[in-house]
Amino acid sequence: MSIRVLVQEADFDIGDELARLQALGGGGVASFTGVVRGGDELAALHLEAYPGMTQRALDDIAAQAQSRFPLLGLTLIHRYGTLVPGARIVLVATVARHRGAALEACAFLIDWAKTKAPFWKQERFADGTARWIEQTATDTDTAAMWDASAEHGRP
Amino acid sequence: MAIELLYFAWVREAIGCDGERIEPPAGARDVAALLDWLATQGEGYAEAFADRARLRCAIDQQFTTLDAAIAGAKEIAIFPPVTGG
Repeated sequence: MSIRVLVQEADFDIGDELARLQALGGGGVASFTGVVRGGDELAALHLEAYPGMTQRALDDIAAQAQSRFPLLGLTLIHRYGTLVPGARIVLVATVARHRGAALEACAFLIDWAKTKAPFWKQERFADGTARWIEQTATDTDTAAMWDASAEHGRP
Repeated sequence: MAIELLYFAWVREAIGCDGERIEPPAGARDVAALLDWLATQGEGYAEAFADRARLRCAIDQQFTTLDAAIAGAKEIAIFPPVTGG
């Protein structure tokens, strides 16, 4: 099992990351990429992290995915800093012998990363104003369904 | 024993600094009691800690709840619910 968890300011190359997982020899590679949505005069999205704890929290989430799903490898890369619309924020990618585990683990990883890792997003607008994004009930409910689910499987 | 406090997002902005080293008052047993005391230390603190339902915390880099005991804690972080991903 190959686990790669990175918290970084720099961008990442999706092709390189997926190729790395594919090389592990499974039958299916799944991925989710989170991107800064444009519109509403948004100039940038600022992501604040908790140095030290953020890496630890993502490591824990990756270990949870490893214990719940029969994976051959997973990659979880989360950026911080100031990102413009269209920029990549997060990459979750998994490889397994079969698609089910790869797809489900991918959904699990992003659901938990959204609610169990210390990051805070602030929208910065063209007119100079800013607004901290509030956690949504949908995000916490979706993550909680995985808590309630058995060892692995759909929420 | 001194505790390192860390503030994030709008909690940091309201207080005006990203952290500080404090000596908690003798009576403060849990995070909530620590916040009660901090809220008396200035307007920014009072504003940041006014609505406890909007606050989350971590002790020594592990998420916990506001009723968690602070005995032995080295680092306590106070922040809004997380919004990564």
